[in-house]
Amino acid sequence: MAQMTIAEALREALREEMIRDERVFCIGEDIGIRGGWGGAFTVTLGLEKVARERVIDTPISENGLFGVALGAAIMGLRPVADVQYGDFLFNAMDQVANHIAKIRYMSGGKIKVPLVMRAPVGATGRGAQHAQNLEATFLTIPGIKIVCPATAYDAKGLLKAAIRDDSPVLMFEHKLLYGSKGARSESGAVDASSDIPDEDYVVSIGKGIVRREGADVTIVGTLLMMHLALQAADRLAQEGISAEVIDPRSLVPFDWELLEESVRKTSRLVVVAEGPKTGGIGSEIAATVSERMMDYLTAPIQRVASPDIPVPFSPVMENFYRPDVDRICGAARKTIGD
Amino acid sequence: MTYSSKFSLALYRKMVLIRQFEERVKYLFLEGVMPGTIHQSQGQEAVPVGVCAALKEGDVITGTHRPHGQAIARGLTVESMMHELFGKADGCCRGKGGSMHMGDLERGMLPAIAIVGGGVPIATGIALAFRLRKEPRVAVCFTGDGGVNEGAFHEGVNMGAIWSLPVVYVIENNLYAASTPVSQAVKLKKLSDRAGGYGIPGVTIDGNDVLAVYETAHEAVTRARDGGGPTLIDAVTYRITGHSRRDPCNYQPEEERKEALQREPIRRFAERLLAEGLATQAQLDEIHLAVDAEIEDAVESAKAAPDPKPEDALDDVFA
Repeated sequence: MAQMTIAEALREALREEMIRDERVFCIGEDIGIRGGWGGAFTVTLGLEKVARERVIDTPISENGLFGVALGAAIMGLRPVADVQYGDFLFNAMDQVANHIAKIRYMSGGKIKVPLVMRAPVGATGRGAQHAQNLEATFLTIPGIKIVCPATAYDAKGLLKAAIRDDSPVLMFEHKLLYGSKGARSESGAVDASSDIPDEDYVVSIGKGIVRREGADVTIVGTLLMMHLALQAADRLAQEGISAEVIDPRSLVPFDWELLEESVRKTSRLVVVAEGPKTGGIGSEIAATVSERMMDYLTAPIQRVASPDIPVPFSPVMENFYRPDVDRICGAARKTIGD
Repeated sequence: MTYSSKFSLALYRKMVLIRQFEERVKYLFLEGVMPGTIHQSQGQEAVPVGVCAALKEGDVITGTHRPHGQAIARGLTVESMMHELFGKADGCCRGKGGSMHMGDLERGMLPAIAIVGGGVPIATGIALAFRLRKEPRVAVCFTGDGGVNEGAFHEGVNMGAIWSLPVVYVIENNLYAASTPVSQAVKLKKLSDRAGGYGIPGVTIDGNDVLAVYETAHEAVTRARDGGGPTLIDAVTYRITGHSRRDPCNYQPEEERKEALQREPIRRFAERLLAEGLATQAQLDEIHLAVDAEIEDAVESAKAAPDPKPEDALDDVFA
């Protein structure tokens, strides 16, 4: 058992999987350059010591590198391809949306695509183009599993599960949760470190978890928002409101069973998601719960999300953009009728 | 180079099979019995046939939105392709691919990539897998003259070049990206000059001369297999049919089209075979009859084959 940050836990998962299975390799920009920093957030630092030829630094060519990873996956290797910032997924969008997500289907199920994609998300003082939360964008592209670890334990277990999966898996990682150290540390970071077991384990894709039990209202959120939801639940408890916090951990497939069980108990739902409110994760969760569970609900579902604007730079405006504990508490109170 | 009669007739048969397949499909389509849309390759047969003749079992090609010729050249059966075109459950992509995604990896062709240029990085990645596993296999990427202007082409060829991967990039250059002439889309006279920008060999050849294509491809494939890295082959040909269904090709000048018909690859090769005594007219006639019968069998079998169940659409999203 050892305490690890998310960056360390991801690195450990990659190291163990590269040793366990020589088909596993990492491909990305600045991930294994001698004297570099092991990817934008240090996750791949030192992995070239496991196998130099299996840590592949590419030119700045996101569309190209995701296509290269796809070609290798089709031939039976198990690439882990990353972008330095999730925003750059838009550069790779043709390969991700038109090829990675669809080639198995187009082949009539004859081809497997064991490909992992990793992308850092979240507003972190970098302005509009190194900041977006793109989870909802990818919900509309069938053929890609999506996971969002909020803790180091889940980060390691989900990455291992993703590498062993025969379908494309996209992992979103939050920049404020990495726990990157030294020159790569982030101001405003939240501690997401965990005790990591010595033995091998995976976290099943598609399985959520109850982070805190409660009776009055269910709050659901992933990544950084899960941590803010827990902080909100603490504050609500002082007001006598018992909030249950659900971390779905995967968005595709989604653990509807876990969420429905919670909503049946609490009859109230708040969905928290960083990113524009329109067409966001909250919209999909709210629509589905309304469709299936209207009779159980005693209040309208509340969505806490960002305004429909690009991410602003100034800390004052960025804090306005990012959902916070106050707004989560306000939404929860509204479901109860304050 | 001189080639045996057997080898030459095999090339001839493949080209005729592609031509007759395309003509039959066009007819079925115009009759209204075939669903979807089609991009056909009449006139371009020598490029895929010459290139694929240089490949070995285990090599893999990526195709384009105009993939029928590439698929036949690589060795898919016209039966599995015809079933796919009719959307049948036992087509080569089980009815989920159709014309633009024709392919079968077990026969060395990825389901065709119908996003222009999209196959370039993928073929590069296939070659990377061969390299990492130390397998003596080669990837061949077919693209068109339109494909060279996509960013994916630049990114994919550059990575193939810097890592000296076993991949050959073949531009099946029919001079038109849909209706846009290549001269209006590229300043260079020869698309192979692009190769210099990546530090790899590039060559422009007569893509209607099947033996020239074969010889160039053989050299490039051998170099790739031996660790010498990629080659860019610009095989200049001509599409003597529309871009897609019912396209009258009003953008192709009449004179140009007439001239192109004079140098279309099948008749040219037939004349050469007869002149060099490698085939008799009777042998060539026999090939045409046999090919027609093979295609007719495929059509009958495809028409009779069962449709997929509507809900089969829900399968094969995830492994």
